[in-house]
This record gives sequence, structure tokens and C-alpha cells, in this order.
Amino acid sequence: EQAAVKAAGSYTAATGGTGGPVPFELNLQPPATEIAAQIYDLHTWMMVVCMVIFVAVFGVMFYSIFKHRKSLGHKPATFHESTTVEIAWTVVPFLIVIGMALPATRTVVGMKDTTNADITIKATGMQWKWGYDYLKGEGEGIAFLSNLSTPRSQVGSPGVEPTEKRGENYLIEVDNEVVVPVGKKIRIVTTANDVIHAWSVPAFGVKQDAIPGFVRDTWFNAKHTGTYRGNCAELCGKEHAFMPIVVKVVSAEDYTIWVDGKKKEMAALADDPSKVWTIDELKVKGEKVYTSNCAVCHLATGKGVPNAFAALDGSPAVTGPKAEQINVLLHGKKSGKFPSEMPAWKQLSDTEIAAVITYTRNTWSNKAAENIVQPAEVVAARK
Amino acid sequence: MSTSTIDHAHDQHDHAHDHPHGLSRWLFATNHKDIGTLYLWFSFIMLLSGGVLALMIRTELFKPGLQFFQPEFFNQLTTMHGLVMVFGAIMPAFVGFANWMIPLQVGASDMAFARMNNFSFWLLPPAAILLATSFLVPGGATAAGWTLYAPLSSQMGPGMDMAIFAMHLMGASSIMGSINIIVTILNMRAPGMTLMKMPMFCWTWLITAYLLIAVMPVLAGAITMTLTDRHFGTSFFNAAGGGDPVMYQHIFWFFGHPEVYIMILPAFGIVSQILPAFARKQLFGYASMVYATASIAILSFIVWAHHMFTTGMPVTSQLFFMYATMLIAVPTGVKVFNWIATMWKGSMTFETPMLFAVGFIFVFTIGGFTGLILAVTPIDIQLQDTYYVVAHFHYVLVAGSLFALFAGFYYWSPKWTGHMYNETMGKLHFWLSLITFNITFFPMHFLGLAGMPRRYADYPAQFTDFNVVATIGAFGFGLSQVFFLFCVVLPTIRGGKKAADKPWEGAEGLEWTVPSPAPFHTFETPPTFK
Amino acid sequence: MSSHNAAAPYYFVPGPSKWPMLAGLTLLLTMIGASAWVNDVSWGPYLNFAGLAGIIAVLYFWFGDAIGESEKGLYSQRVDHSYRWSMAWFIFSEVMFFGAFFGALFYARSISMPWLGDIDHKFIWPDFSAQWGNIGPAGTVEEFKTMGPFPIPTINTALLLTSGVTLTISHHALRAGHRAKTAFWLAATVLLGAVFMGFQVYEYMHAYSELNLKLTSGIYGSTFFMLTGFHGFHVTMGAIMLSVVLYRVLKGHFTADNHFAFEGAAWYWHFVDVVWLGLYIVVYWL
Ligand code: HEA
Ligand code: HEA
Ligand code: CUA
Ligand SMILES: [Cu+2]
Repeated sequence: EQAAVKAAGSYTAATGGTGGPVPFELNLQPPATEIAAQIYDLHTWMMVVCMVIFVAVFGVMFYSIFKHRKSLGHKPATFHESTTVEIAWTVVPFLIVIGMALPATRTVVGMKDTTNADITIKATGMQWKWGYDYLKGEGEGIAFLSNLSTPRSQVGSPGVEPTEKRGENYLIEVDNEVVVPVGKKIRIVTTANDVIHAWSVPAFGVKQDAIPGFVRDTWFNAKHTGTYRGNCAELCGKEHAFMPIVVKVVSAEDYTIWVDGKKKEMAALADDPSKVWTIDELKVKGEKVYTSNCAVCHLATGKGVPNAFAALDGSPAVTGPKAEQINVLLHGKKSGKFPSEMPAWKQLSDTEIAAVITYTRNTWSNKAAENIVQPAEVVAARK
Repeated sequence: MSTSTIDHAHDQHDHAHDHPHGLSRWLFATNHKDIGTLYLWFSFIMLLSGGVLALMIRTELFKPGLQFFQPEFFNQLTTMHGLVMVFGAIMPAFVGFANWMIPLQVGASDMAFARMNNFSFWLLPPAAILLATSFLVPGGATAAGWTLYAPLSSQMGPGMDMAIFAMHLMGASSIMGSINIIVTILNMRAPGMTLMKMPMFCWTWLITAYLLIAVMPVLAGAITMTLTDRHFGTSFFNAAGGGDPVMYQHIFWFFGHPEVYIMILPAFGIVSQILPAFARKQLFGYASMVYATASIAILSFIVWAHHMFTTGMPVTSQLFFMYATMLIAVPTGVKVFNWIATMWKGSMTFETPMLFAVGFIFVFTIGGFTGLILAVTPIDIQLQDTYYVVAHFHYVLVAGSLFALFAGFYYWSPKWTGHMYNETMGKLHFWLSLITFNITFFPMHFLGLAGMPRRYADYPAQFTDFNVVATIGAFGFGLSQVFFLFCVVLPTIRGGKKAADKPWEGAEGLEWTVPSPAPFHTFETPPTFK
Repeated sequence: MSSHNAAAPYYFVPGPSKWPMLAGLTLLLTMIGASAWVNDVSWGPYLNFAGLAGIIAVLYFWFGDAIGESEKGLYSQRVDHSYRWSMAWFIFSEVMFFGAFFGALFYARSISMPWLGDIDHKFIWPDFSAQWGNIGPAGTVEEFKTMGPFPIPTINTALLLTSGVTLTISHHALRAGHRAKTAFWLAATVLLGAVFMGFQVYEYMHAYSELNLKLTSGIYGSTFFMLTGFHGFHVTMGAIMLSVVLYRVLKGHFTADNHFAFEGAAWYWHFVDVVWLGLYIVVYWL
């Protein structure tokens, strides 16, 4: 099996696909999994049958349009029913439809079979990013958030031209990619924190809604190494277009290397929450946390969006008692003043929460009296 | 008509014989023709408004990046475009046709409940006002998509509640309108007109009306649950309290799928009237047309979850809904074949109504085929929520429903206005619409296949080229409709060649036995049919 | 009037009327008021009530016109048929409305609840056991007790069934031309309906104060109160219709063989009755 996988080579070379969309593409993206290949073939089959029917039906119609005209002196016939032909053109389409549905049945059953996965990864949709937890198999325990990495300066905003040239992977690139080994059955378990999102990667033939409070699953087994790009495919609010999915499929050896690296990285990150930080250290770290998590709604300027997202600049919640703010970050807040609520940010580490709070308390015009929060305080508040 | 029989009840009608004039004629109307006109104007204005929203969408999508609108506003545009087009433009337009034509076609003096008829209409402007002003409230209009999926709908501002109430009004309007249509058809046909002799348009509307009274209340239930989830702490669609967001989708699509046939069956009816008239040959397979329409309607109740293949249903449900959906191709095919058999060996001419009718068959079938492709579960999972779906439903809704409405306008406007439209202008409108329509929506198939998601305010740059084409096409299509208004509709109302009572050589039906324009009162005593 | 007026026009079409348009306008006010109210805008409730008062007034005049026309003998047999068809299909649409809520109850109980409790969902809801009538997996809902069929719902069932009988007696009396008897049994029907509603209110109070069962009690509370609440609302509407009919009986309207308003209201009442039986079984027993 391993040999077969090697032979398949990288996606780009083997299929001519890029792992994402290409300009002027007229068909489905080149398949990278068995299921995607079946879908591709089903689609081709459907197209062929439909084309044949289309040409036949409209061939007849246009023939009639050109021949049976009054201007050519054609006199109208008087027939207006025929049980035989009417039965025929009920039965024949019925048989055609069966011919279409039967091959699809096998694929439906195949797509639904999520058993015997080598690796299980939970993908959690959140407004507006994906969270990944490696639940089972090699790499178990790895967890990270995956944010759009295209800078806003490439996107621009109404009336403001983008200040940076758009990259090749504009809007389909992320800071933390999902990494999986090639030729292994990967089960993706989806869920969501807030509203429905959908985890989709076209080259894998995978699209699964992520539903808050429920879990669903899907699977893929990539035949080629490469980087695959997909999108959130269920309307989930304003940044729906800005929460892409990137999956990197690597060889088994490279996967092991990645897992080791990631584990070390996580260990390093899971810094000792009892460490006491200086305010400047926290502010530097906090700014990063802010940019990748909070700025979508509260904006880099901390001004928020009127009637949609709260301003943090000058907000009493930020300049007032710190216990209150810690509480909001851990548990979220529904003030009723805004249509969407502030979600809970429990999934951030203690240090990250402490850092981002410290950052907001000392930035823009904010000069909070309680101007620093240490990770230990967050640990205490979690209990 | 009524002169042939002795009208012993004549005196009761005197009060209505002097036409109401001025504003009160329209505000207090009880005349089916006036109410029909009101409906038609209302829906045309909604088409233009929804079209402007569409052009705003297309403008933003002309190239990647955010040029004109914030994404939250973009989502409002998409949502309101869908709602306005479905509930404001297409549905009321067909009701307008029903009002004008059904009493004339069955030989009834008016709709069964003339006052309720006006009430049905006067619920629509309030609904439109609610929808339009919802853009102005804090948070703006609802941006949850026209499907209003929970729990995103719970995050919306007051605009969402206004949309919910607007839909309640439009739903009530549809239910009352449908009851009126059902009763008119079942109870007020002229003597001799048995059900199986009824014009096809009446048949399709009768069946549509049943669909409406069956599913509009279900939609009302769904959005009422949304409302109570939003404000009164219920947990219908909230897993935390034991509810389920997917339950919303089931209830919505139980309404939603029949809804799309509500928007196409009357279109089938119009086309079935026009083809025989211009082929100068009777409709082929009348009875099987009726059965096919009924089969489509019945099947439409058991296919709803084809909109939900990616929600992760059990495999048996996926298969069931795939098979059931694909079955609909059979009766729809019967209709297409019957139409072509009607044309076969006819003596055809191609005035504008016929052009639109033939255009309808051609382009609608493309949309039907893409629907069938989407019905195949694995393919749908690949294409769900991409522009392929957007292409599919604009093929069936714009080139389907809207083109049939245009066809019907050209066919019956002589009866409505007493004038012939200008044939050259009509033909120009057809060709402009057909070409720009395809420029707009054909490339969307490619975008969808390549993976461009719908409801995206911004997209990866690889999708740029086809989006450029679509946007250009959309403006062309929009201008074609402006052309329609100024070069066809208004001139025809203002003047033009006087229309004969029966301007089409091959047309049949009672509507052509009354003068053009149809007098204020017709068939006060029923005509005898055949 | 005698049986259908032979002098009635073939099909009476009313002349211009301002009521439909005013009804639309008042509903606009009602809906704007409601939108504002649910969003805690201070003028919301006032506008909402003003709109509702408006619509009631409009309906009063509108129905007044219709009753007047009927009493003047303008409605032919055919118009009568129209009314019958329309009432029947209106009731059908109401059935579908209830269908949405029954469907929700069925779906929640038989599909999503077991789902939430299954092994896969242990990821999210580790200690949830999917018994019907639970407080939901998140623990955000307060503990409550469910509502059983005894004693109130069973009494109410008896009341409604009895009211169906009294209504039928009244109808027979009307057909036989016994006006006093008609009125008596009709009044009894309305009274039974009112008692039903009284018990229903009592049951709600009991639910809120003793069982801690509220509208906010998760999916159980949601379906329980929305189903029984909408039913109660329909009982109220039905009782109002019957009261209007009663008033008209007392005023001497209707004849032995021409009294569609009576029959229409009666159909509606029986429909409400049947819905109740459904509720009694699926909400209280199962
Ligand atoms: C007028 C409206 C209309 C009509 C008529 C249809 C008709 C059909 N639709 Fe469409 N549909 C919509 C409006 C409509 N649809 C809308 C609005 C949406 C999106 C909603 C949203 O998400 O916002 C949608 C979405 C939609 C989906 C979900 C896509 C997704 O979101 O993933 C599917 C999937 O099955 C589907 C299928 C079909 C099918 C099988 C038909 C069939 O009825 C088509 C039948 C017709 C033919 C097949 C052609 C003629 C037949 C022949 C010539 C006979 C011979 C043919 C054969 C035997 C093959 N539609
Ligand atoms: C029911 C009928 C209907 C009709 C007729 C249309 C008509 C059009 N729609 Fe449709 N559309 C829907 C129903 C309809 N749509 C639905 C249900 C959705 C899904 C919504 C959702 O996702 O929730 C949708 C979504 C939708 C999208 C996807 C949006 C997204 O996913 O973000 C797009 C994108 O191009 C689009 C474009 C168009 C265009 C260009 C037209 C054109 O045909 C419009 C043409 C008309 C005019 C343009 C008006 C006339 C012109 C003027 C008044 C003057 C101004 C003109 C100029 C200056 C040129 N529509
Ligand atoms: Cu997340 Cu769309
Ligand atoms: Cu559908």
C-alpha cells in the first residue's frame, strides 16, 4: 500500500491540480481521493447523459421550429394525444434516472463509512476561524487554531484600495495548516461553537456542515501529497468568506517529523502559568493574540462597529475591574445591545488571555488602573 | 356574453356599473382586473428593487477584494435580494396573472371573494415596507440568507424580526390568495367547463394554490419558532436546551422545496397556453399534462432534504431523498416532451410570446438538468453552497419563471391594455434578455464546479475572470429590463395599434371572447362553454 | 330570508370597499409595533395594541358589511358554496400550521434528542442522557418537572368533547327551527370553551409556580407551551366566533337551512377539538 502511495506522487505533478482553484477552470478540481474521483466520474456520466438527451430533445424541437412554420406554408396537424408515446416517454426517462442513481448509491455509502480511520481530527467552526484537535491516531493531543493569514492590507475595504499586492493564495491561506499523512484514512469530526459552518475541501470531495452542539463526521484518504485548499461553505456571518481551510498532505516520515515538532512547540507554548510576566512582555504577546482573534470584530483600532460590535477603546469593561474582563473572556457575554454575542474564549491559553487583556488595558486611549493581568489570575478564574 | 341570457338580477349590479375612479379605484378595489394590475405593478417594482440589489452584489463581486461594501452589508444584500425576488417579485406576479386571467378563462364574473382578494394584495405593500425599512434599523436588514438558517438568524438585529413579520404578512396574503383561486376555479366555472376542459393555466394554478395552502403555514411555523428562540427563550434550534439547528432546515425546506414549484408550475401553465396558440395546434397530451403537474406537486413534498445533504443525514435518508428528487425529472420530462409534440407539425409563427415560451423550454431545461445533477448526493456534496447552485436556480427562476412571465405579458397584454405591443421592441427584448441572461449565469456553473462558495463577499483571485463576465452580463440583463419598461410596457399602456378581441390567430379560450381591453365587468352571467 | 333568495344575483360581487386596505394598514402598524416591542423599544407595545385595535375595528365593519349583504339576500347558493370551500381549505391550512409544531416535537424527540445522547456526542456533552423531558445537555436550563395527563388535561379533554356534543345539539336545534334551544346549547358550548381556557390558564400557573416548567425550559418547555399555547389561542378564536354566531342567533339571523356562519364556526370548533386530541396524546401521554 505504501508503495502505491509513493507512486502516486505529489498532487501537482500527478493531476495538474494546484490543490486549490485555478483560473478558467471549467470542471471540478482534479480529484485527490478515491471518493473525489468517483464524484468526478459521476459528474462526467451525468453530463454525458444530459447532453445526449438535450441534443436529442432540442434537435427535434429545432427541426420542428425550422420545418413546421406557417411562413413555409406548413399546415397544422390535428393529432393531440397518443397513449403509446406518452407511456414511452414516461418509462424511458424513469429508466434513465435509475441508471443515474444506481452508480451514485455506491459512492453515497462509501462517503458515509467513517469507520476504521487511522487518524481522527476534530474541526471546530468558530466565527471566523477553524479550531483543530487531533483526537486519535498519531499526533493525538495536538490542538491549534487556524486563521486566515492573508493580511487585510491585501483585501482593502470600501473606498480604500489594498495597500499590498495580492498573493497567489489570496484568501485561501492560513497561519496553521492541518497536516496529515498521505494514504491514510483521516476522519474529520465537525462541530461548531456559534453558528453553522461547513468544512469543505473540493479536491477531497469533502463537505460537511459543522453544527453547534452536534457532531458530524466525514473522511478522506488523500492519494497524493500536496497542499489542498478549501473554504467554509455555510453562511456564518460577516467573515464567512474569510475562514479558509488548508490541509497539507505529507509522507508518513514527514508527518512524524511534523508531529514531533508540533508537540515540542506546544510544550514550549504551554508555558508555566505560574510565571510572572512584565507588562511589556504581556503587551507584545497580547498584540499578536488580539490581531488574530479579536480584531475581526473589535477592529485593530479598538473602535468596534457601531450597533454590531462593541468598542474596546474607552470601554468601562476594559478600563474597570479586571476580574470582570477575565470573566467575559472566559465565559462570553450577551449584553443584548448587539445582535451577536461575545463568544467565550476558553480555548485560548491562560497566558494568551492574560496577555490580551493586558494589551487592551494599555492600548489606544485606555489607561486602566488595574493595568496588568498575570496568567495565574486566569488560572484561578477558570476554577 | 351576458346579452344572450335574460339577466333577471341585473339591478343588483347597478352600483358597480359606474367605475370607481381615481385613487379609490385602486385602494378600495374589488375588481379582479384592477387587483391583478396592482399585483403586476407591485411585482414589477419588486423585480426592479431586487434587481438593483443583485446589481450591487455583482458590482462588489466584479473583482476580488472589498471595494464597495462591508461584508456584513453584502450579506444583507444577498439575503434581501433572495427574499424580495421570491416573495416580492415572482410569487405576486403569478398571483397578478391569476387575478387577471382565471376569472376570464373560467367565465366567472370575478374572484370568489372580491374583498378578500384586495386584502391579499394590501398585505404586500406593508410587507415590502417592513423589508425595505429594515435596512435602516440598527444592525441593518437580516443577513442570514433568504433561508434564514438558525442559529445565525438568532444573531441578527431587529431587521430579522421585521423580516419575520413581513413574511408572516406575505404568507397570510398567499394563503388567502390561494383560497380565493381554489374557490374561483372549483365553484365558479361556466356551465359546461368541466375540470378536464379547463385551460392549462387554471390547472397549474389550482395545483399551485394547494401547494401554497399546504406549505405557507409551515413556513409561518418555522419563523415563529425563530422568533421565540430569539426573544422568548425557547430552544427549538438550540442544542444547549435540547433543540437542533438542523430541525429548522427540515421545517424550512418542507416549505422551501414546494415553494420552488410554486414559482414554476404557473409558468408551465402560461407556456402551455402560448405554445398551442402559436403552433395553431391543440396542446398535446392535455390529460397527461394535468397528471404530470399533480405528480410534480405531490413529489415535491418528499424531496426537501436534497437541500441538506451536507448536514450529515443518515445514509438511508440521503439515498431516499436522492431517489425521490430524481423522480421529479420524469413528470417534468413529460411536460417538456408534450410541449415539443405540440409544436411538432404545427403551423408555427414566432411573435414575442412564442419566442419567450420556446426560450423558456430551452433554458429551463438546462436549469432542470443542473438540478438533476445536484440531486445526485455525492455531486451535491461537492457542489452544495457553491455558485453551481446559484447558476441552477437562476436558470429555473429567471429563465424559467421570469421568462414565462414575460411570455405571458406579451400574450395577454393586448387583452389588458387594448393595445398591441411593438413587435420589434418585443423581439429585441427577448434576444437581449436571452443573451445577457446566459452571459450572466452560464459562467457561474464553472465557478461552482471549480469550488467558489456562494454568499461570499470576496473570493480567491483565481475566480476573477468568470466573475467579471457575470457582472457585465448582469448589467446587460438589467438594462434589458429597463428597456422592457420604457420601450415595451409603458408605450403599450399609453397607445399603440388597437388590439383585436382575439389578436392571436391560434389562441383559444373564453378570455378572447370578450373585447380588448377587457371591460370592467365581464361574464356577469356565465357564458355557456362549448 | 327563505331558502336561497331566488332574486339574488348569480354571483354577488361587492363594490369597492375600504376595509381590506385599512386592514392591511392596521396590520402594518401591528407588525411594526411587534418588531419594536420584541426589541424592547418603548413605543412598541402601544403601536402594536393600536394596530390590533384597528384591525379588530376593521374586521367588525367588514363582517358587518358581509352579514348585511347576507341578510339582504344577496348571496346565492353559489356564494354559499364558496364560503364552504374557503372555510374548509382555511382549516386545512391551519392543520398544516399545527403540523409544523407537531413535526418539531416529533423531530426533537425521535431524532435530535437521541442524537445528542449518542456515543459520538460524548465529545461535547459527556454526561447527557437523552430522556425526554430533560433539561437539555448544556445544563443552562433550570430543573423542571414534566406535565402529565392528570387531572387537568383529562378534564379538559372531557370538556372539549362535551362541547362538540353540545354544539351538535345546537346545530340540530337550528335545523329544526328551535331558536331558543339553539341559543341555549350554543351558549353551553361557549361556556365549556371558556371553562377549558380557565383550566388551561390554571395549568400554566401550576406549571410555572410548582413544576418550574416554563417556556424557557429547553425543548420540552418550548414544544409544550407553543403547542398548547397555539391551541389555546385557537380555542379562544373559536369561542369568539361562536359568540358572534350566538349573538346573531339571538338577533334572529339564520334560517333552518341557511346558516353557513354557524356551520363554519362549528367546523372550526371541531377542528380545534381534533387538534386537542392529538395534543392530549402526544404531549401529555407519550
Ligand atoms: C423554479 C424553481 C426551481 C425549480 C423548477 C427547480 C427544479 C429542480 N431542482 Fe432546484 N433549486 C431551486 C429552484 C428550483 N429548482 C432553488 C431556488 C434552489 C436553491 C435554494 C437555496 O439554497 O437558496 C435549488 C436548489 C436545488 C438543490 C440543492 C442544491 C444545494 O443547495 O446543494 C437540488 C438538489 O437536488 C435541486 C434539484 C432540483 C431538481 C432535481 C429539479 C427538477 O424539478 C428539475 C426537473 C427538470 C428536468 C430534469 C429537465 C427537463 C426534463 C427532461 C427534458 C426529461 C428527460 C430528462 C431526464 C430523464 C434526465 N435544486
Ligand atoms: C426569484 C427570482 C430571482 C431573480 C429574478 C434573480 C435575479 C438575479 N439574481 Fe438572484 N438570487 C435569487 C433569486 C433571484 N435572483 C435567490 C433566491 C438567491 C439566493 C439568496 C441567498 O443566497 O440567500 C439569489 C442569489 C443571487 C446571487 C448570489 C449572491 C451570493 O451568493 O452572495 C447572485 C450573484 O450574482 C444573483 C444575481 C442575480 C442577478 C444578476 C439577477 C438579475 O436577473 C436581475 C435583473 C434585474 C435588474 C437588474 C433590475 C432592472 C434594472 C434597474 C431597476 C435599473 C438599474 C439597472 C442598471 C443601471 C443596469 N442572485
Ligand atoms: Cu464559517 Cu462560513
Ligand atoms: Cu429543492
